[in-house]
Amino acid sequence: MRVGLFFTCLVDAMRPRIGFATISLLEAAGCEVSVPQTQTCCGQPGYNSGDRKTSQALALKFLTEFEGFDYVVTPSGSCASMIRVHYPKLFQDNPAVLARIAPLSLRTYELTDFLLNIAKLENIPGQFRGSLTYHDSCSGLRDLGVQKQPRALLAKMPGVAIQEMQESTTCCGFGGAFSVKFGDLSARMADNKCTHIEAAGTDAIVGGDLGCLLNIEGRLRRRGNHKTQVLHIAEVLADQEGDA
Amino acid sequence: MQVASIHFKRNATAKLNDENLQQALARLQTRFVGGRAAVIGEIAELEETRTAAAAIRDRVLQNLDQWLSHFEQQATARGATVHWAESGADVNRIVAEIAVRHDVRKAAKSKSMVSEECGLNEALEAQGIEVIETDLGEYILQLAHEAPSHIVAPVVHKNREEISDLFAEKHRLPRKTGISELCREAREILRPQFLAADMGISGANFLIAETGSALIVTNEGNGRLVTTLPRVHVAITGIEKVVPTLEDVSTLLRLLPRSATGQSITNYVSILTGNKGAADHDGPEHFHIILVDNGRSSLLGGEMQPMLRCIRCGACMNHCPVYQNIGGHAYGWVYPGPMGSILTPTFVGLENAPDLPNASTLCGACAAVCPVKIPLPDLLRQLREKQMALGMKPWPERAALKLWSWLALHPAAYALTTKIAVRALFLAGGTEGLLHRLPGASGWTDGRDFPAPQGKTFRERYNRAFRENRHGEKRA
Repeated sequence: MRVGLFFTCLVDAMRPRIGFATISLLEAAGCEVSVPQTQTCCGQPGYNSGDRKTSQALALKFLTEFEGFDYVVTPSGSCASMIRVHYPKLFQDNPAVLARIAPLSLRTYELTDFLLNIAKLENIPGQFRGSLTYHDSCSGLRDLGVQKQPRALLAKMPGVAIQEMQESTTCCGFGGAFSVKFGDLSARMADNKCTHIEAAGTDAIVGGDLGCLLNIEGRLRRRGNHKTQVLHIAEVLADQEGDA
Repeated sequence: MQVASIHFKRNATAKLNDENLQQALARLQTRFVGGRAAVIGEIAELEETRTAAAAIRDRVLQNLDQWLSHFEQQATARGATVHWAESGADVNRIVAEIAVRHDVRKAAKSKSMVSEECGLNEALEAQGIEVIETDLGEYILQLAHEAPSHIVAPVVHKNREEISDLFAEKHRLPRKTGISELCREAREILRPQFLAADMGISGANFLIAETGSALIVTNEGNGRLVTTLPRVHVAITGIEKVVPTLEDVSTLLRLLPRSATGQSITNYVSILTGNKGAADHDGPEHFHIILVDNGRSSLLGGEMQPMLRCIRCGACMNHCPVYQNIGGHAYGWVYPGPMGSILTPTFVGLENAPDLPNASTLCGACAAVCPVKIPLPDLLRQLREKQMALGMKPWPERAALKLWSWLALHPAAYALTTKIAVRALFLAGGTEGLLHRLPGASGWTDGRDFPAPQGKTFRERYNRAFRENRHGEKRA
């Protein structure tokens, strides 16, 4: 199957290795992966800031870039939710666009959901050994029902021990612009999350959304914790050797 | 109640640093989040029940005027007097008039958030009427001259020590510290007040159209005393609280206490119908019901209408990570948490509460637990859109959004800009790979480091790898 990778603006800027890990996982699952080069952002920052017009324009841009693929996969629950759940809402009054964007939305998947339920990846190439705890990012969890998928994939890795933290489904406080606008409140929420992570006492905290992970990592390091690894699920699942 | 929502940001910061409050709020997780989780599964078909509850509320809202007329007819036929109040000031005037007519000196009140909207206590006191709050939490707040910080557990922001101190000071009795001792002390002081009150004032969780009844859901029993002992009972509630039938109410009652306090059912569910009849042993001689608009009708037919489904359970605030960390007072008006962040700007004006729609990560925990499926994050987002349309967003935010949107729609410029920015951030991160300060983003870096990027964008690396791959193929 032909899969278009939506690598997300955060992975592009901050952690390219997550993008390469995603490609290698999709290829391991037998997909033919294409990466449209004109992609930028799904429009979520504008959508959540009240800028509906720009998010509509970016949704249309996404439509032209990805309409030709069997599936679109993205290593982010919140971007996948933007496309799957919110894009159709943006065109409720535009049946012509809706007729094209609604089916594309339904062909768009969060990475772990896709690997487990569509591509049915059996052998996980990743070599990670150690204990980890999983943070359930909000949009993936509540909009898309991503909760069992990453755990089921991790359970296939013999070297991985999952230790659940308290309140793994409570928001980490990122919230995009919220993290800067309401900095102290956001940092407190991140701090609560870090307390639960440290109580779990694992080698790594893993999640499926880079925004949350940067927030968590930023707070862990400021607390003086330079030990707990902060990893995207794709980095754990993929064989990282030889990647850019 | 005065609106202080304009100071949300400042107040939230203060609340984050209030140690007593932080201790008190820690109980939310076990008592309310854990409490709901423990019992909500008793409803085997939970999703269907929530959908049915939302449908009951929507059915009313679609023809609210007709259901209210029906309610009025039925209530009047059973001896109640129905009043219509357009504003909070109207409520205060109507209650004062009733008080004058029946020569009321003292009023005992059970919990009513609508009366908080109106500032009823102050208005009655100005008329020389003594008002006593009889819900334990509200009584504590009346002694402390504070406003409720939660719509179900009004005094959740106070710890036991503070209440011990308050009782010792105000009651002039030896300081007690045990919860049951404190409750007993309050009960002994309140009991004579019920007997002495000329008027009882309550809210109503629901109004039942088919019987003209007001229904209240309580735990302490004060609600029963307030609504049956005094000569006059005044029930004050929002116009949206009407439901067609008792059957409908029973569906909503399966959800309300479980969502609110983690109880399968509350200690008391009182259905108050008409005034004391000739054959009745007790009940009020005069039963007045005040139907309050105070901004509600402006939501009808608009995109905020789903908010009128709200049955005031408080689950949204209990599960809100923002509320959990700052409590209710920071929100600056009667209703806190996610439902308050929608009601406050809608009732008192977006310009008076500009932070509230934005004070959410849109994590969706509220909508996931709402018993009547109000899409709270969507409504918050719609308020943000309204702020944008009205030019109410601060200029740096608008400028940043403009720049971002232009770049995101121009891929070549976007690629170049991210390439440069990422390089700069990478260099600033040094060997540690962390930025401790970031100009223009102190909101982030005051409490967190900013992890530095990897140095080159994914796009750059991918293109290079792709080119090398192609050259390799040619060579081979």
